[in-house]
Amino acid sequence: MNNVLEQNTVPEEESMQAIEAHGLEKTYPGDVRALDGMSFSVEAGTIFALLGRNGAGKSTTVKILTTLSRPDAGDAHVAGIDVLDDPDAVRHAIGVVAQRSGVDRDATGRENLTLQGQLYGLRGRRLRKRAAELLERFGLAEAGGRIARGYSGGMQRRLEVAMGLVHRPEVLFLDEPTTGLDPEARKFMWEEIARLAGDEHLTILLTTHYLEEAERLAGQVAIVDRGRIVVEGTPESLKGELRGDAIHVGLGEPEANGRVQAALERVAGIRELVLDGQSLRARAENGAAAIPSVLGALEAAGVRVTAATVSRPSLDDVYLRYVGRTFDQADDDTKEVS
Amino acid sequence: MTLLRHSWSMSLRDLRNLVRQPWWIAISLAQPLVYLLLYSALFKNVAEIPGFEGDSYLDFVVPGIVVMSAMFAGGWGGMGVINDLERGVLDRFLVTPVRRGALIAGRLMQGAIVTVIQSLILIGLAWAIGADFPGGVLGVLVLIATAVMLTTAFGGLSLGLALVMRKEESVIGAVQLLLLPLMFLSTVFMQRALMPGWIQDASRFNPADWAVRAGREAVAANVEWSVVMTYGGSLALFALASAWLATRGFRAYQRSV
Repeated sequence: MNNVLEQNTVPEEESMQAIEAHGLEKTYPGDVRALDGMSFSVEAGTIFALLGRNGAGKSTTVKILTTLSRPDAGDAHVAGIDVLDDPDAVRHAIGVVAQRSGVDRDATGRENLTLQGQLYGLRGRRLRKRAAELLERFGLAEAGGRIARGYSGGMQRRLEVAMGLVHRPEVLFLDEPTTGLDPEARKFMWEEIARLAGDEHLTILLTTHYLEEAERLAGQVAIVDRGRIVVEGTPESLKGELRGDAIHVGLGEPEANGRVQAALERVAGIRELVLDGQSLRARAENGAAAIPSVLGALEAAGVRVTAATVSRPSLDDVYLRYVGRTFDQADDDTKEVS
Repeated sequence: MTLLRHSWSMSLRDLRNLVRQPWWIAISLAQPLVYLLLYSALFKNVAEIPGFEGDSYLDFVVPGIVVMSAMFAGGWGGMGVINDLERGVLDRFLVTPVRRGALIAGRLMQGAIVTVIQSLILIGLAWAIGADFPGGVLGVLVLIATAVMLTTAFGGLSLGLALVMRKEESVIGAVQLLLLPLMFLSTVFMQRALMPGWIQDASRFNPADWAVRAGREAVAANVEWSVVMTYGGSLALFALASAWLATRGFRAYQRSV
């Protein structure tokens, strides 16, 4: 209890997987099924991203892994410790930056850090030193004595990450760490997160609904939809599975499946056709070569085309393939500004 | 040990946040003074009513106002947790190894400290305008102790309510609804012999009355310690029960996360 460092050593044979979740299920009152068989594992020292729209089950997963909430079924280990059997030991091993701030806005940055440290058993000179070190590192050295109410969004988020690290955890949970930040603050946060994983050999579980964020930071990405993981892999392997280029054609009017489908069936090399209103997506081994025949077939069928693009596969395409909606559309129902 | 240390860290945080609000300090100081001056003036002639024991209403009412202030301070004591809950501060604490009891004990300790200070100011002022405390320093200390127990008891209830209701307006309503009758169904302002029979009966079950009786007895001329112990003991049990209720409120909250 008193020695935080001691708590942080993991038994040798467990050290490969920092997080293991198996068959997690959770239903909230009102029959809201938040998790429906969520399973994944995260190798120690890596960054793992859970990617999905709001309400997909990312935050619920984080709540369970961080001992805040209990699953209805399934089990999970964090840092080799069972989250249901020994939540207190898990709490010593993890740092958490939740989606909702959690900063005490009536206290200064330094006071926030100090109290956080005290809860992990840090005291005296060691705590003061650690707080000063973290304030410095997160660019808050000058602001440390000011009341957090006056901090900008970026400063507050940096303070939250600093608080999550005060006891040098093994596993850090970042629940949508850059949602609501301006581009500059987001860039700073990305650099800092990348550095944490690199220098400190920290395992990081990141949830995000920014494709770019997952792609940039995570070694391993899992796409979450309706409370379960639909596909998982490195960003490269996920994109590699798609084989070939993405073709995106904007249509003049919303089209129901039928004539578009029929028109394109005859075009060679076109696969994985997805039509969603005015947006038509498909894949082809060589996108640039396929475009003329696609446009020709559409024109012959009397379908008006407003735009056509060819791109290398992106995570968005991966998302589309497995969730069946594009990421932006899936995210439309949320109030977050991306 | 850890529980105590964590509770103390939490208390310090709450105290610090309070002290940073100049309006809160001004209001907390002014309110008991206004009560003391107004009630002692308004009801001055109660001492003339046949059957009133003693000759100074001020002497009689001071322990009542000390206890009443403590009760209301306790009643509002749970409000802070709603802010923590809405801002995610509570969730942040819950994923640290902080002892769960410290989240409750910390708030109750902070309430106790504020009540000690508030009671001392009240008693000091009462003494300055001529109130008598025949029971001496010991009596005054016991009076403050009963005030602390009462504030802790209502602090626990308020915390439990806040964790279940999670809306400031609802908690304010519930606390008003509960505390105002308790204040009037007691010997805070009126001696027992002068109250209607049904209020006498009701006051028997009123923790506010237990506190004011124990406290008033302790500062009286010839203290009957058995009275102090009986009412003080009941009050202590009630405070424990409320603290337990607050922990239930916490469980209810955690289940809902």
